[in-house]
Amino acid sequence: MTEARANMMISVWRGMGSTGKFETFEVPAQDNQTVLDVVTWIQQAADPSLSYRYACRVGMCGSCAMMVNGQPRWTCRTHVKRVLRDNQIEIAPLRNLPVIKDLATDMDPFFDKWVKAGGVHRASRSRDMPIQEVKPDTAQRQAADNGIECINCAVCYAACDTVSSNRDYLGPAALQRAWTLFNDEKVVDKQAVLDAVSGSGGCHNCHTQGSCTKFCPNDLDPLGSIAGLKRETAKSFFRRGSKQC
Amino acid sequence: MLNARLYMAQRLSAMIMIPLVFGHLAVMIYAIQGGLTTAEILGRTKGSVTWFLFYGTFVAAVSVHAAIGVRVIIHETFSLKGKWLEATTWLIGALLLIMGARAVLEVTFA
Ligand code: SF4
Ligand code: SF4
Ligand code: FES
Repeated sequence: MTEARANMMISVWRGMGSTGKFETFEVPAQDNQTVLDVVTWIQQAADPSLSYRYACRVGMCGSCAMMVNGQPRWTCRTHVKRVLRDNQIEIAPLRNLPVIKDLATDMDPFFDKWVKAGGVHRASRSRDMPIQEVKPDTAQRQAADNGIECINCAVCYAACDTVSSNRDYLGPAALQRAWTLFNDEKVVDKQAVLDAVSGSGGCHNCHTQGSCTKFCPNDLDPLGSIAGLKRETAKSFFRRGSKQC
Repeated sequence: MLNARLYMAQRLSAMIMIPLVFGHLAVMIYAIQGGLTTAEILGRTKGSVTWFLFYGTFVAAVSVHAAIGVRVIIHETFSLKGKWLEATTWLIGALLLIMGARAVLEVTFA
């Protein structure tokens, strides 16, 4: 049974595009309540024009991420108790992405970079060939497995200062995807994977501070993946150099 | 604004600098403990191909390393990109190289 408590003061970003301001709502506190529940309460009970995005409510779809008290979080799995300070919470649209309206950001740049980093599947076998056997316990497969639970929530992308200051930087999630492909034995052309992350917005721009890994709600390690890409691109740099000699 | 080649140039120039920095420190400590005067030090460095190569390599590595490092800061702070960023990178590298080369020549040229 949920018991009603004192109201919380919730500041929510309202606005279109680059302009807007915070608007404060009084929201009844419940024993069990996520930040997404709070946003939903505001939309249903206080202001139906509030725009935000979510789908699964169980931490699988990656669509509900927002800035909560200035930090990127998946709101459907963030309990109010963890973020309530002086009975207040500030909720804003995800950082580093253009705002469409209120709490809904345009995720296109995030996904465009995913494609730019070579994140699309390139089949190495046709449907008539036998299915490739993939052993789950090899070190390489485990490196790939470490990254595949990514839910594309863009929390790491919002946490990354390099994304803020370098508009072309592919960002932690897209680079982590490239690292899983590099370690996937079904991907034949490894050099193509490395080339896609070696351009001017590639993995070499990462400052290795690790905000991505700190904030990833799924406990993934984009920082480690990027370190792997740096290592492998460095090796390929020498390999190519020695071939040219 | 760092591609793989610039990244490698920066890392490799750092690897060249590391032993040279330690060499420089060791020589400084040695020179001070031995009580060498400026004239005595210059007497040993002037006309020395070894010291010319030692400090010449250091200056070249610094120019590459610092130009790329400052390039990143300039891009991320002022959003400078494209040919202006390229030009600035080269300019910083060239300035460091010229200033460093002057110092090296002054100390090693007989
Ligand atoms: S470690 Fe790299 S990718 Fe991760 S937040 Fe820092 S700069 Fe961004
Ligand atoms: S790596 Fe983590 S934080 Fe980044 S998009 Fe994937 S699940 Fe979200
Ligand atoms: S609503 Fe799907 S992850 Fe939060």
